[in-house]
Amino acid sequence: MIQVNNITKVYGKEKTVAVDHVSFSVKEGELFGLIGPDGAGKTSIFRMLTTLLLPDGGSATVNGFDVVKDFRKIRNSVGYMPGKFSLYQDLTIEENINFFATVFNTTVNENYHLIKDIYIQIEPFKKRRAGKLSGGMKQKLALCCALIHKPTVLFLDEPTTGVDPVSRKEFWEMLKRLKAQNITIVVSTPYMDEATLCDRIALIQEGVILSIDTPAAITASYPHELFAVKGDKMSSLLTALNSFSKIKTAYAFGEFAHAAFYAHAISAQEMRDYLKSKSIEMEAYQKIDASIEDCFIGFLKN
Amino acid sequence: MRILRFLLLKEFSQIFRNKSILALIMVMPVMQLIILPMAADYEVKNINLAIIDQDHSTYSQQLITKITSSGYFKLSGYDNSFHEAFQYIESDKADLILEIPQNFERNLIRENKQHVFIAVNAINGTKANLGGAYLAGILRNFNADLRLKLIGNTKLNPSPTIEITASNWFNAYMNYKVFMVPGILAILVTMIGGFLSALNIVKEKEVGTIEQINVTPIKKYHFVLGKLIPFWILGNVVFTIGLFISWLIYGIVPLGNLSVLYVFIWVYLFAILGFGLLISTYCETQQQAMFIMFFFMMLFILMGGLFTSIDAMPSWAQVIAKFNPATYFIEVMRMVILKGSRLRDILPHLIKVMLFALVLNTWAILNYKKTT
Repeated sequence: MIQVNNITKVYGKEKTVAVDHVSFSVKEGELFGLIGPDGAGKTSIFRMLTTLLLPDGGSATVNGFDVVKDFRKIRNSVGYMPGKFSLYQDLTIEENINFFATVFNTTVNENYHLIKDIYIQIEPFKKRRAGKLSGGMKQKLALCCALIHKPTVLFLDEPTTGVDPVSRKEFWEMLKRLKAQNITIVVSTPYMDEATLCDRIALIQEGVILSIDTPAAITASYPHELFAVKGDKMSSLLTALNSFSKIKTAYAFGEFAHAAFYAHAISAQEMRDYLKSKSIEMEAYQKIDASIEDCFIGFLKN
Repeated sequence: MRILRFLLLKEFSQIFRNKSILALIMVMPVMQLIILPMAADYEVKNINLAIIDQDHSTYSQQLITKITSSGYFKLSGYDNSFHEAFQYIESDKADLILEIPQNFERNLIRENKQHVFIAVNAINGTKANLGGAYLAGILRNFNADLRLKLIGNTKLNPSPTIEITASNWFNAYMNYKVFMVPGILAILVTMIGGFLSALNIVKEKEVGTIEQINVTPIKKYHFVLGKLIPFWILGNVVFTIGLFISWLIYGIVPLGNLSVLYVFIWVYLFAILGFGLLISTYCETQQQAMFIMFFFMMLFILMGGLFTSIDAMPSWAQVIAKFNPATYFIEVMRMVILKGSRLRDILPHLIKVMLFALVLNTWAILNYKKTT
């Protein structure tokens, strides 16, 4: 469905490399996630795939169409929801949807089945101007507008940034239903916890892809033994763990500190004694499975 | 066609929803047409005059009465020495000093000759020029009256004189309003068309809606036409309101055919809207667009022959004025409204403005890129 080969984007006079020889492919009907912090190059990749930005190197195809040569055909067949809300704030919900249906040469009725589930939720406010909607509703409207022309590929750039946890959950439910309708979805997010909701993910940092696989495979391939440690003083606990020779890296993770061992972990008693020597009281010590975030941090430390 | 219709529908509902812009479009021309021509007065009145009368004779009294009753001058000082009177100029209480020398009356009768002295404060050039000229005119008149009185019948007067009689064509009473109102209306239409179109696409860039539009299969010319047509219609509305106001308040009825004016404004609006669009394709924010447009508007207004005659400009400035579309519009407005020019007469102007419209719009469409 989407093929990206060594795509590169360089910005400005300083030659800042935003996207550095990135390659990946997305299969039909897949929910593909680009996971990375702000400034990783996610939006640049999206803008190149949606023909808004010309790549400086490499090539990419969407639906078999080249993003440079066949940009017209791509524009007809993809839906794009930019990270920033970019519908007409001074038009109502209804007018926005009608407008975007018309510019894609279709009507709302024709593809109503696609947006029905989402539209029903905002329909009571259809006479309200888009600028006066809450964040969650704006998002649903934006998704409706991106879907109204029945795209085969949907690009969602950070759709859940700045949205409350409940709406985020709802949003991913909607994506799952869309996937069931055989729409290929490429989504980007800085939230690692959302990564597990994707079929496959690409971890990206500073324009370089660190790893591409299913979330399960990525966490399974985590090379270290990982332990969650809890102590009474977090900052001195981290210092103590990081200066321990058998530990590759330790970092704060909620109320725990995660410690990744090079090879074999030490026992709880050994850890308690070690921390005591640093005058820290150990409260918990248990082996855990790596999350996507642990993997991401692991890749960064390499 | 369906897409274009929808684009227009969208633009219009956005315009009509923005109440402050709408009010500005309607109220601005009305208010400016009422206020500006009243204030932009070429005639200079209330010139402050200080008189030094060292004669205190009947003649000097008559002269002073004649000057003050002309309506142009206000007597702000009446002194005995130039030194005292000059302090009035220094403290900006007087613009002119008229000095009537001693034995003004006696010398005038005995020697048939006398000098008076006029000192002019030339900081305000226009006021100085006109004030000096008015005063000289009054003195000439006074002189002629005296002759009549002293010599009597002019038939006996052996010296030949040329009497000048001028007749003012197209503006018989030299009413500056008849001259200014069409020009100001031209500038108003230019400003409204230019600013609205310059800010519109930039606004879509700023809000981000252009991103959504760019990923759609919408054609460039659809999008640009969708932006041009609404403001073209608004421009026509403003122009019509302006013509109505100038008839209602100033009684100005175009001597020429209204259709000639409208043919010209139709083409002209495309030129000025194209200019606005061109600016908006180069700008990223409304602030940039506003400042750039303002820069050009100042040029359009001051170098378009509205206040100062283009023929009087230095030759390099005349070249700039030739590249100013507003120049042609102001000229055509005055030609058709005051002189009754026909389509044939304004054809050279029309062709030039057509060229402007063609070049600016093509440039704008070429420069508007959906991909960066």
